[in-house]
Amino acid sequence: MDWGTLQGVLGGVNKHSTSIGKIWLTVLFIFRIMILVVAAERVWGDEQQDFVCNTLQPGCRNVCYDHFFPISHIRLWALQLIFVSTPALLVAMHVAYTRHEKKRRFRNGEKIDIEELKNEKIHIRGPLWWTYTSSIFFRIVFEAIFMYVFYYMYDGYQMPRLVKCDAWPCPNTVDCFVSRPTEKTTFTIFMLAVSGICMMLNLAELCYLVIKICMKESRKTT
Amino acid sequence: MSWAFLRDLLSGVNKYSTGIGRIWVAVVFIFRLLVYVAAAENIWKHEHDEFECNIKQPGCENVCFDHFFPVSHIRLWALQLIMVSTPSLLVVFHVAYRENREKRHNQKLYRNPGKIDGGLLCTYLISLILKTGLEIVFLVLFYKLYDGFKIPRLVKCDIKPCPNTVDCYISKPTEKMIFLYFLVATSSLCIILNLSELSYLIFKYSIKCYLKRHMKKQQ
Repeated sequence: MDWGTLQGVLGGVNKHSTSIGKIWLTVLFIFRIMILVVAAERVWGDEQQDFVCNTLQPGCRNVCYDHFFPISHIRLWALQLIFVSTPALLVAMHVAYTRHEKKRRFRNGEKIDIEELKNEKIHIRGPLWWTYTSSIFFRIVFEAIFMYVFYYMYDGYQMPRLVKCDAWPCPNTVDCFVSRPTEKTTFTIFMLAVSGICMMLNLAELCYLVIKICMKESRKTT
Repeated sequence: MSWAFLRDLLSGVNKYSTGIGRIWVAVVFIFRLLVYVAAAENIWKHEHDEFECNIKQPGCENVCFDHFFPVSHIRLWALQLIMVSTPSLLVVFHVAYRENREKRHNQKLYRNPGKIDGGLLCTYLISLILKTGLEIVFLVLFYKLYDGFKIPRLVKCDIKPCPNTVDCYISKPTEKMIFLYFLVATSSLCIILNLSELSYLIFKYSIKCYLKRHMKKQQ
């Protein structure tokens, strides 16, 4: 049980997405989930062991680490990915519900081709349009929230080499050194850039859907 | 043998659930199981190594850690996930029993073995009650064992062989607390979903029963 299950679920959603949605999904899998699992987790793997403070006072290191890293970058990214992927499930549930209704009508005697039902490409119109658009809107909101949380919690996106700590039981102000600050800054900026790209893809998809429906409405009235 | 087994189990349960039941399965997969495996497990990974006491006395750290963490949060979380998913097996077993019975008697005994009615409804309701009960039991256990849902930075320990009262420092207390609150929030959400499903089913079938009796009276 790991990111593979999420991949399986989201892969199912892929069939009912627009082209931009498919690009978004690819970016999510390759540049975010895969990078997180294959690279970022190793970089942050030894973060507390290699967090070193210039004191022998027992407990000072633990307290300083906890003070400067209330929640690790890697955990925030994992939560961000989970929250950002979840709205797509709304679409999957809506599609499953529509299929279920059609099957029920088939069982009650209406003539529906079962083979066609299984392979049917569900078009994004009517109630599904609203579900799909809300899911994109929530994705954008969650991305923005997490980007802000990162900025607020870590005072920008740079990982400092040295932090000065004077939390009890550290006797005075003590120098503490973060492990691999440059590598962590690089990955933080990379993940930030990819988040930005995903957000722009979502905005483009939202605009595309809205324009498409407006054009359809105007064609109906003329 | 790993969490994949639980995942396959829950996927099987999904077929015989109501709409709210499916939402419950999605919440358990994504906000509990996936968060556990992808994030929470790593926070508690080195909790014993990183637990530090202000003393050189051998054995003191071990004894203090054991005193303050009889069962680690992460193990309780895992047990909770397993226990809470298991009552759904009752429904799967009952459906398998129905299908077996049809095969043995070689005739159609039920309109649809997977439809929630009659005996299967009772089994489903029992599984919902068990799930809710177990969730509440584990939340109370967390609360009682750890004196609320707080994780302090510092604990004072004076158990033998520690010579006096010794300061011991827990690693990553803020991060652990955040995820503990996340656990409590998702557990509560699951309890609410289970209770709504229970009320919905009881309401639906009471109305059905009442209408049936009403129609019989008219005839």
